[in-house]
Amino acid sequence: MVEFSVNGTKHSFDGDPETPLLWYLRDLAGMPGTKFGCGLGLCGACTVHLDGVATRSCQTWVSDLDGVEVTTIEGLSEDGNHPVQVAWRELNVAQCGYCQPGQIMQAASLLSETPDPSDEDINASMSGNICRCGTYPRIRAAIKLAAERAGQ
Amino acid sequence: MNTNVTWRNFTRAKVTNVSRRNVLLGLAAGTFALSVQLPRRASAEEEKLYGGAGMPGGVKDDPRIFLTIEEDGTVRLLCNRAEMGQGVRTGWATVIADELEADLTRIRVEQAPGNQALYGNQNTDGSRSMRHHFQALRRIGAAARTMLEQEAASRWDVPADEVRASGHQVTHANSDRSFGFGELARAAAERDVPAAEDLVFKAPEDFQHIGKDVNNVDNLDITTGSPIYGIDKQLDGLVYAVIARPPVYGGKVKSYDDTEARKVPGVIEILEIDSPDIPSAFLPLGGIAVVAENTFAANKARLLLEIEWDAGDNQSYDSAEYRKTLEAASEQPGEVMRNDGDVDAALADAAERISASYYLPHLAHASMEPPSATARFADGKCEVWTSVQAPEALRTDLMKRFELAPENAVVHSMLLGGGFGRKSKPDYASEAAIISKALDGRPVKLTFMREDDIQHDFFHTVSVERLEGGLDENGKTVAWLHRTVAPSIGSTFEPDVVHQSAGELGMGAVDNPFDIPNLRVENPEAAAHTRIGWFRSVYNIPHAFAVQSFAAELAAAAGRDHKEYLLELLGPDREISRAAMNDTSVYGEDPELYPYDTARLRKVIEAATEAAGWGRDLPEGRGLGLAAHHSFVSYTAVVVEVEVKDGGLIFPRVDIAFDCGAIISPDRVRAQLEGAVVQGVSLATLGEISFKDGVPEQSNFDGFELTRIDASPVEIHTHLVPSLDYDSPLGGVGEPGLPPVAPAITNAIFAATGKRIRALPIRDQFV
Ligand code: FES
Ligand code: FES
Repeated sequence: MVEFSVNGTKHSFDGDPETPLLWYLRDLAGMPGTKFGCGLGLCGACTVHLDGVATRSCQTWVSDLDGVEVTTIEGLSEDGNHPVQVAWRELNVAQCGYCQPGQIMQAASLLSETPDPSDEDINASMSGNICRCGTYPRIRAAIKLAAERAGQ
Repeated sequence: MNTNVTWRNFTRAKVTNVSRRNVLLGLAAGTFALSVQLPRRASAEEEKLYGGAGMPGGVKDDPRIFLTIEEDGTVRLLCNRAEMGQGVRTGWATVIADELEADLTRIRVEQAPGNQALYGNQNTDGSRSMRHHFQALRRIGAAARTMLEQEAASRWDVPADEVRASGHQVTHANSDRSFGFGELARAAAERDVPAAEDLVFKAPEDFQHIGKDVNNVDNLDITTGSPIYGIDKQLDGLVYAVIARPPVYGGKVKSYDDTEARKVPGVIEILEIDSPDIPSAFLPLGGIAVVAENTFAANKARLLLEIEWDAGDNQSYDSAEYRKTLEAASEQPGEVMRNDGDVDAALADAAERISASYYLPHLAHASMEPPSATARFADGKCEVWTSVQAPEALRTDLMKRFELAPENAVVHSMLLGGGFGRKSKPDYASEAAIISKALDGRPVKLTFMREDDIQHDFFHTVSVERLEGGLDENGKTVAWLHRTVAPSIGSTFEPDVVHQSAGELGMGAVDNPFDIPNLRVENPEAAAHTRIGWFRSVYNIPHAFAVQSFAAELAAAAGRDHKEYLLELLGPDREISRAAMNDTSVYGEDPELYPYDTARLRKVIEAATEAAGWGRDLPEGRGLGLAAHHSFVSYTAVVVEVEVKDGGLIFPRVDIAFDCGAIISPDRVRAQLEGAVVQGVSLATLGEISFKDGVPEQSNFDGFELTRIDASPVEIHTHLVPSLDYDSPLGGVGEPGLPPVAPAITNAIFAATGKRIRALPIRDQFV
């Protein structure tokens, strides 16, 4: 039995220890905001925060989460107004939007570690997140917008 | 357990050499001909309908079907087309807000369930949602507004022309009285809907939203992780399924052993689904389904199945060998699809002859949301929640497969996490329904793992395009021979289809605008060995790559600037009739309304080259490449700046100029163009599905690579060349940005390095 929290709520799990956090969230906890894209750590769609750090939930076993604070897109902010979410809406980043929960979680983690990221920082942090619709130029612009606001 | 699905009764319509539109229509016409529109016969040429009216189900414009106004004034708008990122929901709200005089922020857009008879055509492909529905949406909004105004006027007992709707209320200016929409709605809905010819539309100069930037109506849901996509559906008691499908197209299960698989904790059921004979149209491929308490457990058990397959006839499919087959076919004459002048004589007389052969491999759609559907088949009723581009095709399959009355085949359309043509084929949703029925009505969510998505796609075609040109002594092109060799999408529906359809050839092969007196287009045979399907912009991808690469090769052979030479090839401004090009499809549009207007292509070429600084000095290792293309009755030109550095490619800047006629949502149009550029970079530099022993060699994003942010163009500049005439025919938006991107890239590499790349993907060929 492991105990951990998701967006501040306590969860416990004693199922198949190999169950990835991704499928725990989507299928067992009823929280489908975290997306399935590849299951192999190749696309970033499943990105969540573990103790504040962006992590691929498809590569994380629930059995390893004892005591960990998990944050998903549903809990990134209380009212959907995290600076990254606001910037995303302002620049109309999303097309289909499916990759964007993962992009937003990755970008929020980047900005918490690197408040004023360079293009190279953005490339290094965000290149694990695929967007098939091709929203990369707006993702880059939205990260810079969120960083600029925070710096003011 | 065996679900014993019978495939034999499935009647496939004839689809040889018909447009993509008719393929879908033919499928819909199975035994449910009474409940759906019958396919039009070619012999009914004189009454042929075009555009939205020519689509199965046509276009509907009754405001009572699409609009509900609540007492608190909330406007609920049913969107009858699938949203897959192209912005259709935002576009629908934009038009309604203007013509209804509603507050855009008080419009809630909801997805209409699948019901073509009620909502009109819902098949969301071909870049035609706004093209076919803009005027109908204006009528819907204007009619509802008129009904609200009439209701207010009658309550005040004043002439209708003294009242006016604006800002979500109706006002009588003379007496300074007003009613909110919500106060009028119930009674207004009982009034007669005004006739279309009596409606007064807003003048374009008064538009508040149309033609202006508005926010995506789904922004909040997307950025907060709301469960809006088909794959997100939650139901009580839901169980989860994956399927091991035959690895080779046309294969079947010979035998299987599920002993180990059943030991996985959480496994509920393992069952066999029969495989269809091929070609299998939209039918599921069959195989062994595993149902479990969550998707992970289902997939874990699936990997432990021991299945012996009967691979069938396609197990020798090998991409390297097949390329040779296509190349050999391209060396021989094929069916002549357009023939101007005398190409053979002109080639024989030419001062210089050049030829080139281009190769483009299969591609997978790889939408980030893989195919997925949730079904509940209980009490004789089959309900499906899914993200699908063609809800009616799914409904028709459910009705036919399970012998259901229309009201018992319910398709709830959810948002698509990308589609790109893959989700026009609802095989995955049929699978979910089959499994739910086999489990006596337990709700089932079926998900394609990424490996399933990539290995069991309806692949983009594979193509060899052979071009031959003749130049006179002044370097002018006097002869053009284009042989296009690629398996047709028709092969997925009908046996022995070896030629491209008129619609496929009308995607940049026969509709060649060049002012060349001797021009021939031939289509040699190509047999398919896998499932071929529509991929964003479809046959425009190989045709545009070949035509726009070869135009640059001719310019180089003549020693001329590519842009100047391309404009000369295009010739004087003129409207070319579709008949003159033997283009009989015109994307389903009326050829009279949509001639090929070469001035529009010229203008986007000029806009893109001017913005990109065509002709400017560039440092060593950099080059500018140009390509232009007409598709989906819109016109696009792209200039790519490439830098070849340390054995890699960098794209410092891309300029894309676009003319789709009048524009409804400029920001969404720009987004589609930006996305097309990135997707074009991806397919040009990395995109390939190759087959060995009948099986795709790629299965996830490690093998089928997609462009990531670090390789995306640094700057993408979009240049819209909009018409201000909102009564003129519209062009498509979702697809036409894509075709010219790849040839602009390879033309840029040629400019930078002198190396001509004729086979995609580029990978490291430029080194
Ligand atoms: S689903 Fe986890 S990285 Fe793709
Ligand atoms: S917005 Fe569609 S995949 Fe990124």
